[in-house]
Amino acid sequence: MCGTCGCGQGEKRVEDLHLHQAHDHPHSIVGLHAGSMEGHHDHLHQNVGGQVHSHTDGTAGAHEHADHDHSHEHGHDHAHGHEHSHTHPDGTTHSHSHSHERAYASSHQHTRDDDAAAGETRLLSVERDILARNDAVAAENRRALQAAKTLALNLVSSPGSGKTALLVETLKRIGDKYRLAVIEGDQETTADADRIRATGVPAIQINTGRGCHLDADLVRTAMARLGTPANGILFIENVGNLVCPAGFDLGEAYKVVIVSVTEGEDKPLKYSGMFAASALMVVTKTDLLPHLDIDIDRLIENARRINPTIGVLKLSAKSGEGMDRWIHWLETARALRLATD
Amino acid sequence: MHEISLATALISLVHEQAVAARARRVTRLVIEIGALSHVDTHALRFAVDAAALGGPAEGAKVEIQEPEGTAYCLDCESSVAIAARGAPCPRCGGVKLLVQGGDEMRLKEMEVV
Repeated sequence: MCGTCGCGQGEKRVEDLHLHQAHDHPHSIVGLHAGSMEGHHDHLHQNVGGQVHSHTDGTAGAHEHADHDHSHEHGHDHAHGHEHSHTHPDGTTHSHSHSHERAYASSHQHTRDDDAAAGETRLLSVERDILARNDAVAAENRRALQAAKTLALNLVSSPGSGKTALLVETLKRIGDKYRLAVIEGDQETTADADRIRATGVPAIQINTGRGCHLDADLVRTAMARLGTPANGILFIENVGNLVCPAGFDLGEAYKVVIVSVTEGEDKPLKYSGMFAASALMVVTKTDLLPHLDIDIDRLIENARRINPTIGVLKLSAKSGEGMDRWIHWLETARALRLATD
Repeated sequence: MHEISLATALISLVHEQAVAARARRVTRLVIEIGALSHVDTHALRFAVDAAALGGPAEGAKVEIQEPEGTAYCLDCESSVAIAARGAPCPRCGGVKLLVQGGDEMRLKEMEVV
């Protein structure tokens, strides 16, 4: 199960780049994989059933090493780091730099009674956000985007709201005017990135496998490969899901929540977290309004009940109605990015 | 929110802190899950127990504190307690409320040996 999202173990891919590298052993809790599981990393670990790693890049994770032997014992504290390598049953060899400044007993099994006898109980005051690791990577992304003066938008919605259609239409209108790039998140397929690339704008697909949202680490990897469009706009199309992506900051300037008129008036009340986190709500597919009973004013009222400051735009990517205001919003947000550090 | 996501992130954070504190085992966790954070604490408790298996926090007692939601009502200009996002102001019935607290998801304390 993935340590980032826990939604499933499906393989995460940033197009052509497989993020499970070299580690063929089963992970009970998989750490944040992208780019951080190379051959060399510092870690501390404990050998009672599971192992605890603390990577030098701040990544923390735990995983089970299935049936392989470590050729060293940890019966005492080391005051220094040292290198060692070990070989997995499949022949993969790892080289680790261990820093054993801690007292994890690892060459014996112990019980709770041993613990009580062996050490004093201490209370540690931690006061850290549970998603602090994601937030730290998101802050890094945000700094990189600020340095490049790139406006980054995190587009969130339920599946089928018309995010990709809106993006394609947007890129057609301003693709020649500004530097643009798109990160596409989907569980499977590169269909959306292919649709974007057909407009001539660079795009990269992230497949989250069974994961239901993008996280800051995946976006960092995608940004490193795609590049950040300096003075331009980076659109991040999140996985279609109105729940999970709300909690995961990617480093964007704004979350933009997209709701189609076919979804009814109650989405903001049912999925309030997403509407609370978004700066703008875009109501799409307004060309369908003559065929529907939806009360758009009530939809907007519900959104403002969750988030009194949320901006609202109504448009149809198909008929073009309202697209000018959306483009104006994008240009204004971009100008604001350029105007400030 | 997805409780398993949170549980695995929490246990990673716990491991990190345990390593930093040179602890051998973690015996108790105190976490704060705000009433407006969209977390089912029952599911979270189950997921934390599962995520901790095989590591130093296996079997740790999990205490969940649930601070109430607080908001500022733009209509009556006062700070009020609310049970859910979108709930009306308990003082004036207004619906323009800015959430101020109750959406936190934090690891507060750990007891270690």
